[in-house]
Amino acid sequence: MTQTVFIEAINQAIAEEMRRDENVFIMGEDIRRAVYGATANLLSEFGEKRVLDTPLSENGFFGAAVGASLVGMRPIVETLTSFMWVGMDQLISQAAKMRYMFGGQATLPVVYRATMFYGGGSAAHHSDRSYPMFMNMPGLKIVVPSNPADMKGLLKSAVRDNDPTIVFEDGTIFGMRGEVPDNEDLPQGELIVPFGEAKIVREGTDCTIVGIAASVNLALTAADQLAQEGISVEVIDPRTLVPFDKQTVLESVEKTGRLVIADPAHKVCSAASEIASIVAEEGFWSLQAPIQKVASEQVHIPYTPALEKLVYPTPEKIIAAVKRTLDV
Amino acid sequence: MDIDRDLLLLMLRRMWMIRNFELKVMEVHAAGEFTGAAHPYIGEEAVAVGACAALEDTDYIAGNHRSHGHPIAKGGRVDKAMAELYGRVDGYCKGKGGSMHLADYSIGILGESGILGSSVPVAVGAALAANIKGEKFVSLAFFGDGASNQGALHESMNLASIWKLPVIFVCENNQYAVTTSYADTVAVEHVSDRASAYNMPGMLIDGQDVIAMYEATVAAVKRARAGEGPTLIEGLTYRYEEHSLGLGRVRRGEYRTQEEIDSWRKRDPIDILEKTLISQEIATRDECDAINAETQAEVERATDYARNSPFPEPSALFEDMWADPIPFP
Repeated sequence: MTQTVFIEAINQAIAEEMRRDENVFIMGEDIRRAVYGATANLLSEFGEKRVLDTPLSENGFFGAAVGASLVGMRPIVETLTSFMWVGMDQLISQAAKMRYMFGGQATLPVVYRATMFYGGGSAAHHSDRSYPMFMNMPGLKIVVPSNPADMKGLLKSAVRDNDPTIVFEDGTIFGMRGEVPDNEDLPQGELIVPFGEAKIVREGTDCTIVGIAASVNLALTAADQLAQEGISVEVIDPRTLVPFDKQTVLESVEKTGRLVIADPAHKVCSAASEIASIVAEEGFWSLQAPIQKVASEQVHIPYTPALEKLVYPTPEKIIAAVKRTLDV
Repeated sequence: MDIDRDLLLLMLRRMWMIRNFELKVMEVHAAGEFTGAAHPYIGEEAVAVGACAALEDTDYIAGNHRSHGHPIAKGGRVDKAMAELYGRVDGYCKGKGGSMHLADYSIGILGESGILGSSVPVAVGAALAANIKGEKFVSLAFFGDGASNQGALHESMNLASIWKLPVIFVCENNQYAVTTSYADTVAVEHVSDRASAYNMPGMLIDGQDVIAMYEATVAAVKRARAGEGPTLIEGLTYRYEEHSLGLGRVRRGEYRTQEEIDSWRKRDPIDILEKTLISQEIATRDECDAINAETQAEVERATDYARNSPFPEPSALFEDMWADPIPFP
């Protein structure tokens, strides 16, 4: 085991996949000089043909990635959630819809890596946590890693998956350190985290907290504090939202009888909304208290730190929600 | 003329195939045999046929909403195209795409987009793959005068030019985006003028002359395969019919004159090719008429094929979503 920073885990995954398969290439803005860090040293190892700096043309190069994937390449596109709106037509009209629309003829092994920078005074245009919008659109697989090991293993799975995948990389944990197994210590020689397998990050008996992306870590902080008060919570990280491992959540709720969902997306039609709906439909008789959503307030992200900090889930909000379910 | 006789006759056959396919579509659509929009390509046959005649099966095309002609021009099957319009399991896309989304990946037809300009970046991506892999295939994107105003097209032309990608941008300028004249919406005199902004050749071609379209595309393909980058070809052409089948019943305002329609019909692309073939003694009138009759018969067989093909079973609703399947919510 090695302590690895989240952004290094991204870099390792990309480099390993590019070494493994020459059809993997990466494109995005300012990636040759690794302005966000994740693409460091790729240019020197893989050359200009496979590490492409793009113009500011998201609709153009998001679509070019689709086209390249259709004819046998495995493109990785680096972008920010903020810029996805500009390339939305290609993500929705083409990437998401092509395979079904063409009766299964099209195969699109394309990965969009979308960083979510929020919580750092970036204001409304640069703080999007937009995965719920893409959950609503059939045809896209959606990945939300919460720690370096999952980040690496899920990104490697995304590159190998044969469907269009968006990996939402939580910028609030780019500097997070965590244990990432060394390849030589793994039986298969590399770290692969499969899609659709939630992880029970912490076991507990009184309340289940499902965390999305970095909110998993907020839930763990909350769990530590609640434990001091004698409240035992179970923390689940779904790791992928499409596919979503509902069984693990339903089984946990069956045990605890209570559910809190911590989601940095806006609360209306959030990932939390969907998870709440699943448990309400399929786990209702396990519930002993109303489900609690701790998601972002339904306002735009204000620039001033005085207001921005009020928007997102926090350990304190999660603790309060857990206590509401326990009526304490 | 230094174009092979077989190729000339193949181009004539494909133009007649498109014409007869579209005439049949208009007939059966009016009879209510299938629903939804369909956009006839009649009058524009020379653009797709001339362009695709310059391509190999290993080259790629991407089309738009008015796109029955593109797959036929690329050598696609009319029976599977017709069955798709009928929404049947034997259609190109098993009935899931319909008129605006024909595709045949076995011969490089990457599919058509009902969102205009949207398939152009996809074509650029196929060409990018050729560049990365060091292979010689090219990619051709069809779009109209209307879509020439889409940002997707401009981003695509810039990308293709900076990376010197083997792309042929083919603008089918049929004069109107639904009812709006291109003269009112395009800031330059010709769409092909836009090539200069992206440092690529722009060719203004008589889109009613299939030989001119073919020769222009041959030059563009040669340039593309040589690694010299993209070309923009504008084929000036005309849509004889309304924008979409059924629209004539609801449209309220006139936007073009009968005189204008008649003047374009006098330069019919099939007529122009047949006159050339006959005057240069490459083919006889009878041979041309036989090609027309044979394609009519094939379209009839295609229509029977479509009518006799079953609708998909309800279980097909959940098929073809994923290459690596996951549970449905």
